[in-house]
Amino acid sequence: MKKKQQIADPSKDIPLGLKLKKDWSKYKSLYLLFVPILIYYIVFQYGSMFGLIIAFENYKPRLGFFKSPFVGLTHFKNFINDYYFKRTLMNTIRISVTNLIFSFPCPIILAIFISELRSKTYSKAVQTITYIPHFVSIVVVTSIVMDLTARNGAITQFLAKFGFEPVTMLNETKYFLPIYIISGIWQNIGWNSIVYLAALLSIDAQLYEAARIDGAGKLRQLWSITLPSLLPTIIIMLILQVGKMFNVGYEKIILMYNPMTYEVADVINSYVYREGLLNLNYSYAAAVGMFNSIVSFILVWTTNKISNKLTGSGLW
Amino acid sequence: MKVKYTVGEQVFHAFVVVVTILLSLAVIIPLMSIVFASFSDPFEVMKHSGIYWHPIKFSLYSYQMVFQDKSILTGYMNTIFVVVVGTSINLLLTIVSAYVLSRKGPMLIKFFTLMIVFTMYFQGGTIPTYIIVDKLGLVGSRWALILPSAINTFNLVVLRTAMAAVPESLPESAMIDGAGHVTILTYIMVPVTKASIAVITLYYAVSHWNSWFPAMIYLRKKSMYPLQLILRTILVQDDTSTMSSGSLEALALSSDSVKYATIVVATLPILLIYPLLQKYFVKGVMVGAVKG
Repeated sequence: MKKKQQIADPSKDIPLGLKLKKDWSKYKSLYLLFVPILIYYIVFQYGSMFGLIIAFENYKPRLGFFKSPFVGLTHFKNFINDYYFKRTLMNTIRISVTNLIFSFPCPIILAIFISELRSKTYSKAVQTITYIPHFVSIVVVTSIVMDLTARNGAITQFLAKFGFEPVTMLNETKYFLPIYIISGIWQNIGWNSIVYLAALLSIDAQLYEAARIDGAGKLRQLWSITLPSLLPTIIIMLILQVGKMFNVGYEKIILMYNPMTYEVADVINSYVYREGLLNLNYSYAAAVGMFNSIVSFILVWTTNKISNKLTGSGLW
Repeated sequence: MKVKYTVGEQVFHAFVVVVTILLSLAVIIPLMSIVFASFSDPFEVMKHSGIYWHPIKFSLYSYQMVFQDKSILTGYMNTIFVVVVGTSINLLLTIVSAYVLSRKGPMLIKFFTLMIVFTMYFQGGTIPTYIIVDKLGLVGSRWALILPSAINTFNLVVLRTAMAAVPESLPESAMIDGAGHVTILTYIMVPVTKASIAVITLYYAVSHWNSWFPAMIYLRKKSMYPLQLILRTILVQDDTSTMSSGSLEALALSSDSVKYATIVVATLPILLIYPLLQKYFVKGVMVGAVKG
């Protein structure tokens, strides 16, 4: 590290302004190409981050960002003291943690299974088939789920044989979470297995040969060769997943929930949508959304930190 | 060379085959059921419950209804507009920015990369974005479905990683021959990274095709609704009153089977396209797992 700095030293004598000027004249065309992209990020991404100041105001559209009355942390305090705070926070945590526990391992297992298949044609067929639901829209998936779990739906009828009461399952609080998780696995297991399949393909086949000659059984090979090789990919996917935890698929929740299941299904983001865009409480909803973004950010940052410490690999 | 499998390996393989067959059936059966229902007689659909193992009294009535329905047809056109224009803009911006960010020379690249990657981890959220879109006068316009999502940062990082992996000597030698950045990008970088570009194109197109939430919050006129939003009003809210033609009686009669036919019509195009690009998936996604 130090050596590098010494080599770079001479350029230190040149003032920054001059360096930038030189840089500009050398790379002008590259920078110009980048202007539209810069505008996009400034307007839509950083613009909306800047727009979070309305969380500290009583935002009135005709007064705008700067003239709306400033109210400090009032909206945040109101949210924390609100009945909905506990409900949406607990639901967000419950749904995302359950999702992490049950959905995260599935694609890893599927990828291992696919790589174990001996027939190339069959393996290809399994991949093509399990990818399908990923390309089906969330609206259609929801309607399929509603069909299957309706009072006379196939799943309800099937469960009725085992003594379950035949009801419209999505109107029951106890069924919401399992339906949400299982339909999520159904939709994404195939697609999410691709990244693990890619990692599995890069394992040296000689490792398995050697293990077999040494008399290692299938499970032993999985444990000692396959899993360790997958670990870096698993960690990266896990961090990404944890980062998304607080952004639980609220589009799907908005499609699937109804007032009868709000109690277990309403998450922070769906609450933001209802408060902000249906009830037009822009400032309050922005504060709730900002709370969500901050918790999300802290989660990714911490997981990444922990992963860097424990395994030496992370996102950055 | 013939491999001799041990008993344990045979048992494990059998287990794997059985599990993958069950999973495939779990995917296919609900989807097939919808296709069969859409080709069934509307009267039978009304009475039927559970899975359709074959069409009941084969009929094309539902498809006639769907293709006569004006709102579904305009929905189709709206979706195609957003998919074509949106994906083109997505690709143009993503390819150009991936190229710029993959260059190592310019001083400000590091700063730009940091600025862009940060947006993956922290966003303003739904409400401020809505207000920005509103301030730009885009609420009620189709551009509200296209511009706010003009670049997906994750896709950008995937492509940037792919372009950064291209040996520096390729663009350099072209540069010596007097080629500009646009030429290098078009004739060297794009062809070399075509696997990643194919996957990204699919990502963008599929996300536009399947998107309904931005349309729901930004659009005001039904005549601009994309297919998925119309589907939502028909399917999820079970409200066939959005459909504009046909006698009420016929509508009530056929609502369920029309619902299935609409699903088929709205889903089929994508299901026909993605297997063509499947060979690129592993390659394209693998790059995505590499650090941002």
